[in-house]
Amino acid sequence: MSLRMSAAVVGAAETDSVAVQPDKSEIQLHAEAALNALADAGMSKDDVDGVLCAGQSPVLVAEYLGITPTFIDGTSVGGCSFMLHVRHAAAAIQAGLCKTALITHGQSGRSRVGAGGWGGSRQTLSGQFEEPYGVAGPPTRFTIPILRHMHEYGTTHEQLASVAVATRRWAERNPRAMMRDPITVDDVLQSRMIAYPVHLLECCLVTDGGGALVLVAAERAKDFPKRPVYVLGTGESSEHSMISMMHDFTESRAFKIAGQLAFAEAGIARKDIDHAMFYDAFAHTPMFALEALGFVGKGESGPFFEAMRTAPGGDFPLNTNGGGLSYTHTGMYGMFALQESVRQLRGEAAAQLPDVRTSIAHGVGGMFHAAGTIIFTNDDRA
Amino acid sequence: MPKRPLPQPTPETREFWEGASRRELRIQRCRGCGRAYWYPRPFCPNCSSKDVEWFTASGKGRLHTYVIVHRAAPGFQDWAPYVIAIVELEEGPHMMSNVVGIEPAPEHLPVGLPLEVTWEQQEDGIALPLFRPAGSTP
Ligand SMILES: [Zn+2]
Repeated sequence: MSLRMSAAVVGAAETDSVAVQPDKSEIQLHAEAALNALADAGMSKDDVDGVLCAGQSPVLVAEYLGITPTFIDGTSVGGCSFMLHVRHAAAAIQAGLCKTALITHGQSGRSRVGAGGWGGSRQTLSGQFEEPYGVAGPPTRFTIPILRHMHEYGTTHEQLASVAVATRRWAERNPRAMMRDPITVDDVLQSRMIAYPVHLLECCLVTDGGGALVLVAAERAKDFPKRPVYVLGTGESSEHSMISMMHDFTESRAFKIAGQLAFAEAGIARKDIDHAMFYDAFAHTPMFALEALGFVGKGESGPFFEAMRTAPGGDFPLNTNGGGLSYTHTGMYGMFALQESVRQLRGEAAAQLPDVRTSIAHGVGGMFHAAGTIIFTNDDRA
Repeated sequence: MPKRPLPQPTPETREFWEGASRRELRIQRCRGCGRAYWYPRPFCPNCSSKDVEWFTASGKGRLHTYVIVHRAAPGFQDWAPYVIAIVELEEGPHMMSNVVGIEPAPEHLPVGLPLEVTWEQQEDGIALPLFRPAGSTP
């Protein structure tokens, strides 16, 4: 059974701001995004019968919004959870478990108002076998694969820095982006060392915000005000929960599997992709995605980024909102990648590309722990 | 020495931590498929066989990949910069640890560097396996 063209996004919106918001709690960020997305779809909360979210409980989100759902999915596997939610929502709609699915994200990642915790017990496997060694969150764990990639493929520090530079060039074009000043490779390499080989400007932002999506069956999609964005291909997988258990430190198995599933379902080739959003928690994550999703060969992402092929004017427009590196990064950024895919396919993006027919949004969960891939199209005859 | 968040053993991992307190790097091997594996589990992650045994690893390995942490974890501030490494044990499995006994600078830490286990005694009888360049004096 395929989810190809089974469902469509008919509502999509972010919170009013995606910067720093100490005046709003995390659950309120979910709700604000949800209400904005429902307004975008021309719907009310009473139209919703499927609720999907991560971070907070979908039961709480439903209660807070006043929804009594018939389909609930609290899949919470990190920043790619929302790609998985799109896939699960399409499947639920196809199976008749719900008619209108609402996917919400809200996170007070910066201000920590009413935020969920990372509380780890010393009895967990991570508490026994990683935390005693001084890991300090994602910057010291997510980054561990980089030197292995450099060792095996000759990837350079300048190439890594180029990812941040190319992404910033998109942010310069987006008034909502948090970081918009132009930067150079030298600026990146001279910024503060966080965890060698990673500098401050190669790390994502930490912000507050949210986003939400409304999905319905494809055959209903034209009943709503905005141009429908159809689900063309979907994939998900997971690999490990501790970075030390990554099978091959030069590639993400979960990325590869999620990507293969999405392309197989979509029935299109890599060259048919017009626009891409690859979750950029750190500068190397889009490099790993470019390789794992098959857009370049293994080890070839460094020169690709260095040539600025992903920057404005390049032949592979990537992270056109400014990415997690320069636009926003609440903690689970995947929702914002999906939002930009929808905007580009509707023709609503700040840095709008011409003639976008397909967009791929690829998310990572945790630190290469899990992955989700969604390929969208605006072509109802696809 | 940093103030580390110390592990609390579970039934599945107790043999490892008890071995560590004797300065023995205890890991497991599957009698079914022959593979050594890490971290401790009472079955083989490769073939699901429950016919597994504990053995003492050589303590030798190589630097597989790493980071040099400048923005330290709580309790580690006075120790920064420090190395968090993935060590490829001689027997095959990968294990996270710190590399000590060498200046934490990239020019001293080529990927592939031979390492050997060294132990850092903690409170509560816990000893933590760390790694140092092979042949260096403790
Ligand atoms: Zn086995």
